[in-house]
Amino acid sequence: MELATKDLLRLATIGSVDDGKSTLIGRLLVDTRQLFDDQLDAVVSASEKRGVGDLDLSFITDGLRAEREQGITIDVAYRYATTPTRKFIIADCPGHVQYTRNMATGASTADLALVVLDVASGLKEQTRRHLCIAALLGVRSIIVAVNKMDTVSWSEISFQSVVDQIETVSRELGFTSKVLIPVSALLGDNVVESSARTPWYVGPTVLEALEASEAGSWEVARGARLPVQWVLRQPGGGRTYAGMVSGEAFHVGDRVTLLPANVETTIKAINFGGESRLEAVVGLAADLDLADELDAGRGDLIASAPLPTITKEMEATICWFGDKPLSVNGQRLRLKHTTKSTPVRVRDIKGVIDIASLTITDASSLSTNEIGLATLITSDALVVDDYREDRVTGSFVLVDEVTNATVAAGMVGHASFL
Amino acid sequence: MSTTLHTPHSTDHLDVLESHALFILREVVAECERPVLLFSGGKDSAVLLHLAAKAFAPQQLPFPVLHIDTGQNFAEVLDFRDRTVDAVGARLIVAKVQDSINEGKVVDPGPLGSRNRLQTVTLLDAITENKFDAAFGGARRDEDKARAKERILSFRDAFGQWDPRQQRPELWQLYQGKVNPGEHVRAFPLSDWTELDVWQYIGREKMDLPSIYFAHERDVVLRDGMWLAVGEFVEPGPKEEVVRQTVRFRTVGDANCTGAVLSRADTIESIIDEVAIANVSERGATRGDDKFSETAMEDRKREGYF
Repeated sequence: MELATKDLLRLATIGSVDDGKSTLIGRLLVDTRQLFDDQLDAVVSASEKRGVGDLDLSFITDGLRAEREQGITIDVAYRYATTPTRKFIIADCPGHVQYTRNMATGASTADLALVVLDVASGLKEQTRRHLCIAALLGVRSIIVAVNKMDTVSWSEISFQSVVDQIETVSRELGFTSKVLIPVSALLGDNVVESSARTPWYVGPTVLEALEASEAGSWEVARGARLPVQWVLRQPGGGRTYAGMVSGEAFHVGDRVTLLPANVETTIKAINFGGESRLEAVVGLAADLDLADELDAGRGDLIASAPLPTITKEMEATICWFGDKPLSVNGQRLRLKHTTKSTPVRVRDIKGVIDIASLTITDASSLSTNEIGLATLITSDALVVDDYREDRVTGSFVLVDEVTNATVAAGMVGHASFL
Repeated sequence: MSTTLHTPHSTDHLDVLESHALFILREVVAECERPVLLFSGGKDSAVLLHLAAKAFAPQQLPFPVLHIDTGQNFAEVLDFRDRTVDAVGARLIVAKVQDSINEGKVVDPGPLGSRNRLQTVTLLDAITENKFDAAFGGARRDEDKARAKERILSFRDAFGQWDPRQQRPELWQLYQGKVNPGEHVRAFPLSDWTELDVWQYIGREKMDLPSIYFAHERDVVLRDGMWLAVGEFVEPGPKEEVVRQTVRFRTVGDANCTGAVLSRADTIESIIDEVAIANVSERGATRGDDKFSETAMEDRKREGYF
């Protein structure tokens, strides 16, 4: 499959609080000269004012007042970096358990996770939680920065013991690509420049690993999909159906099916921004002209074979962010899947993921920041793929009907490690 | 519709950013009752309006365009506003800061003071009066450290306030803009664009822009380290020397607090070259309003600023 995001790599930092995620991103941005002089000056003067030394690198992404006061990250910061071959969109995520919803926000659009952990303390439960969420969200590639190597005198043995821990969990979670790098974000070793203090390490720096990464592809693509967002009226009376392509590309002349109506037709023309195209690649916000006059609108799906499933009942993996627990007969919820919203209820909670053992244990409800499996019943029929086959038609959010707050991230089906 | 058939081209980062923006525009229009597009006449809002026209082509824009008029605009920018809105065929609403001053809602800062912060009151009043539940803005996350923290669909309470500690989770591209009466969302389709992306896109799309973005000769005075254009809103002080310089503007704000940069870049190509090697950010180079405190933008955003 041709990648729509070939030279745009989205990555998220994950890991526990105080292991140095923001400092690493700060170091990466400073050492690749992505920061403007006035931005760097502002960080220097803010560091001075708060009495945290000459240059607190974490202040580069921790931009909120409350974050700088406490020296923590509360919400995701997005930063951008460009190298000769790539544009990077970096989501610097918070480490605290209470901000897991924000970490999931940052990781949900990431192709790659940059895992940061403290070599002295190793793999903490919170790091395991983040790795588990990243794996559930479909991140296949990780770059692991084993940080604070300066505090263990650049010891290869200390590095190796963290490597062993990561290898084990990474195998369990099914990451297909991983690079482990001994770094000191504070001092800059092996971030952009290779360090002379780790002569036993011959691998890439963090920057080199990011530039070389082939993350961004979903190996499994099952058919082209276009959830209809909006119907565009064409001059002369025709209609085209606008939406973003996922899965695989559409071509003029392709046989497609309108779902859930289950009506077959052919793609007569493909437009983009008022101009004709022969092909609509993955990620293109195209509009499709169909050969037959159909009753189609927002919430419908245009798909090529193999077709997705039409269902009102599904088993799903749920990351729950609500303040009150999720339970059967609990709060009134609405489900948003692609461009369709429908009332939903929980039929059954099958269990909660135990982060330490990565197994399912019995539970009748999900507390804030817990991840579990549940069976959901929807009022309207949904047209879904398993999340591992299509990240767009396999994902949904749950919305509180009273406050309109987004209270859960959901994925159709469950990961193979569960 | 064009009759020439474009051969499929490989997608680069501009294609990805463009399609993402079109998707956001359509999602918000579909989910919200009364959207509006905030238009200042600057390059970012010009790109936003261009994308909006593409998202709904060949139909008309399904929402009006709102300009918060501080009364201290560059004439070239007002000119551009009118011709662009005309070209797109959009309905323009102008809300004036002067009206908020006349109604006693805000205090006139005088000819030397900045009306930047006052715009928030005018903006929130316009949103309330027109019952808008979604407002598109051209803000980018690379502009400022508080903006770097903001969601693409950013919730505002009944007072128009942003609470950075209570942002809605925003998973995948499942943007959800439902609000209760009186609340609204701000939607930022250009969130992931950088200044360089914007210029490259303007070049690729051969877009029209206000002439002040391109190098030209102008009488300027040096005030607080910024070159200000001498004119209706900037009168030289007794000790200030008026000099004729070749300048351009990197951002477009109020004429009395937006600095020009010395530049000979008079084409989009030469501007792209200049932006690519710049060592000062666009706001740092040209905006007096952001220099007052460490968290100037966060504070203004909390109150309901753009």
